[in-house]
Amino acid sequence: MKIKKTILLSLALTLPVSPLAKAQDTLLNVSYDPTREFYSEYNEAFAKHWKETSGRDVEFEVSHGGSSKQARAVIDGLEADVVTLALAADIDAIADMGLIAKDWQTRLKANSAPYQSTLAFLVRKGNPKGIKNWDDLIREGVAVITPNPKTSGVARWNFLAAYGWALETYGKDEAKATEYIRKLYGNVPVLDSGARGASTTFIERGIGDVLINWENELLLAIKEGGEKFEIVVPSLSILAEPTVSLVDKNVERKKSKEVAQAYLEFLYSDIGQDLAGKHFFRPSNPAILEKYKAQYPDLKLFTIGDVFGGWGPATKKFFDDGGVFDQIYLKQ
Amino acid sequence: MISNTSREDTGDRPIPPTSVPKRRRERINRRVIPGFGLTMGFTLTYLTLLVLIPLSAVFIRTSGMGWDDFWKAISSPQVVSAYKVTFGVSFYAALTNAFFGFIVAWVLTRYQFPGRKLVDALVDLPFALPTAVAGIALTALYAPNGWLGQFLYPLGLETAYSTTGIFIALTFIGLPFVVRTLQPVIEVFDREVEEAGASLGASRLRVFFTIIVPALIPAMLTGFALAFARAIGEYGSVIFISGNQPMKTEIVPLVIVKFLENYNYPQATAVACVMLIASFVLLLIVNILQRWTESIGQARS
Amino acid sequence: MAAILSRVRHDTYPKTDNAITEPRLIRWLLILVAISFLGLFLFMPLVAVFVEAFKQGTKLYFATFEDKYAVDAILLTLKIAAISVPLNLVFGLAAAWVITKFSYRGKSLLVTVLDLPFAVSPVIAGLIFVLIFSTTHGWLAEPLKEYNIRIIFALPGIALATVFITLPFIARELVPVMQAQGKDEEFAALTLGAGGWRTFFTVTLPNVKWGLFYGVILCNARAMGEFGAVAVVSGNIKGRTSTLPLYIETLYNEYNGVAAFTLASILSLLALLTLVLKNFVDWRVAKSRNNQDLNLSLFTFPPFTRPLAALPHEHPCPQHP
Repeated sequence: MKIKKTILLSLALTLPVSPLAKAQDTLLNVSYDPTREFYSEYNEAFAKHWKETSGRDVEFEVSHGGSSKQARAVIDGLEADVVTLALAADIDAIADMGLIAKDWQTRLKANSAPYQSTLAFLVRKGNPKGIKNWDDLIREGVAVITPNPKTSGVARWNFLAAYGWALETYGKDEAKATEYIRKLYGNVPVLDSGARGASTTFIERGIGDVLINWENELLLAIKEGGEKFEIVVPSLSILAEPTVSLVDKNVERKKSKEVAQAYLEFLYSDIGQDLAGKHFFRPSNPAILEKYKAQYPDLKLFTIGDVFGGWGPATKKFFDDGGVFDQIYLKQ
Repeated sequence: MISNTSREDTGDRPIPPTSVPKRRRERINRRVIPGFGLTMGFTLTYLTLLVLIPLSAVFIRTSGMGWDDFWKAISSPQVVSAYKVTFGVSFYAALTNAFFGFIVAWVLTRYQFPGRKLVDALVDLPFALPTAVAGIALTALYAPNGWLGQFLYPLGLETAYSTTGIFIALTFIGLPFVVRTLQPVIEVFDREVEEAGASLGASRLRVFFTIIVPALIPAMLTGFALAFARAIGEYGSVIFISGNQPMKTEIVPLVIVKFLENYNYPQATAVACVMLIASFVLLLIVNILQRWTESIGQARS
Repeated sequence: MAAILSRVRHDTYPKTDNAITEPRLIRWLLILVAISFLGLFLFMPLVAVFVEAFKQGTKLYFATFEDKYAVDAILLTLKIAAISVPLNLVFGLAAAWVITKFSYRGKSLLVTVLDLPFAVSPVIAGLIFVLIFSTTHGWLAEPLKEYNIRIIFALPGIALATVFITLPFIARELVPVMQAQGKDEEFAALTLGAGGWRTFFTVTLPNVKWGLFYGVILCNARAMGEFGAVAVVSGNIKGRTSTLPLYIETLYNEYNGVAAFTLASILSLLALLTLVLKNFVDWRVAKSRNNQDLNLSLFTFPPFTRPLAALPHEHPCPQHP
């Protein structure tokens, strides 16, 4: 212990002045990949709102990456005030380490999911491979791009959506569903670590015939990539709920609870909800959802609770080391 | 001017090894040149704090696991397949570098042609270029819609998102090692031996294979081993171009990162442990090879 | 030019002597093979960086530097280099001194340990600092929390990982030079009554200055370009812990290829500058050797192709009158 302290003290001497000493509020939002554009605009809106309501300035720090990778960094000590991740399981993992209260999901409205999304397919213009639904993805010669479920949140949603569709189609037969999943991943030539990396591979590098990704990510790709792609909507998909939370231990230490809480609540305000819709998320406020309705394809959605009994059982069964995802690669 | 080690100096000023006992020589040495305590103390402290203690963290974390768990962690099928990819592709990349590196080294030291000095200078580029930059540049070239990819893919050459992609990246980063190890050896190679061979009637081909190649083999192996050692740890340049598919194109460093990102620290440290030991063994092999090279150099001179 | 030619011994041989060279056809064929190989693996990637960066004109190229985060990333990278290079400079001098000027047992082990950071995967280099400094499960978790010190996901962690990765560079450059220099001049100075420090600054340092210089620029290039180790410990907070290579990856992932390649071109320029300086050093050394007839052969080996552990164990004690 004494040695440890000596090492620490000598390190402390080399440390820069702690940012805690600053007069203004700072807020570190650790988020997942496809929210880059949304939060960069939302942060400006919140800064204005915070100045008006509290008279204080707030400076933002942001970090984006694969959802699990980001959760790992927070667990290892990245001092996030708020986490806005792709799925509840990643925030659960942080809660398991004692950094967030176990009941975090009940603390905010709508299961702590201020906006929702779903998954869809992006194909090349004219849909040369004729992809219409999930069963087309396992045809021979179709290359599918989806990120790695071990590191990416959307990849887990993709996996579960495909599995859920297979269960529905093959009469709840798990063996057949697993076989479908095995074939599906047999058609995946690149497993990127995050949603954005997968989009880059498909769009910029020209790999693959179909990209499965967040609806909002695909709408953005159409907006940026113009005429080269089109969206295909499968018959059934999953209702994805990206969740948000304070990181209790960090906001206590950094004394930033007030601003962090306001930041998350503002997501549910009309301005926050409107920005979410503008960036192609599905606002949780029905009135604002109605306003943007035209941009979302109409499709049947199931929830993770309906089919898999929530994230806990789903993670354990499919994504833990040695789970279904690992096994399908072993059999190939 | 064969090499710049002090063995060369002994050639000029031979000291009979037995004239002064080793212990005594050490003592004389330490007494005359000052600063032994200071520099040794500083060097050891620095290395202990920054290298030994941090690296020991991996072993200490792993030692808490128990042998069975450790074995399970390092022999799970995905990890084994990643070893195969990493060591296999590194081997082929190093082999390619040994072959072409030899030609490059030979051409650069023996022939005159316009632009030779420029080419020579650029060989060091992979030492100085950040790996992430190399990664995105190689991907821009070799992806299906890349500069070269668009011509290679129609020919059935999948140059990105495959083991070929990993091979390209690892060849890039290992390229200077063989060239730079061979160059000085070729440069000082005694041409009189070649002339002697030729004047005795041996053909150029025979001289090449019976005189030149055997003399260059130790240096070539050293270069090969260095390129290999560098390749097995490489991460930055590979992940952009590899495709990262489990059981197919996943390299060991990526597997470690994946375990980390799934909060699976025991398995991450266990695999890290295996890689550390592999690196250490490779370093030892390189050192033995290097001594071999030097002893041959000495025997010749 | 003469200086360089004199270094390469074969240039004094008649070039047309068929007995000891290959037929002209073979020669050109080999040159072609060598150039094609290097072209495919070396020059094309380098050219690709610059072409991609300027793809949409110089205006967009320079617009990248108006991005606040890009400037922050450049500044952070400069800071990291400013911390790690001097540390490794002092270490390199001490280590090279203790390795070349004395004989003792265990030297071989010492140099193998010095070599380790070169052979260790950057990912593992990042991992070890997480294992130590993580505030939830690291060795030092408790005291770190107690004193509210942040190491990983902050500047100190990035600096530590960089110091680790670049640790052997300067020492490795210095050792062969000091070795070649021998100990005679130091003996002479000491015999004439100069103190240790004075001998070091007036005799040793001037003799190894070019090796030191090259070690520093190489160490600097590596410190600024490190990716794998820094990626594990950085947390990638834009504007605070995102170094230049990490920010390049971020931009690349934000559909901003031009900006990514623009910043990549800066690091490539740095790499090219390093090579230019290296060749300048080569030239200076060759020149000084010619003038003073010093038996110095600097840089016949590049960094990392000469493992230190392979140095002779026995350093003969120079004879004294």
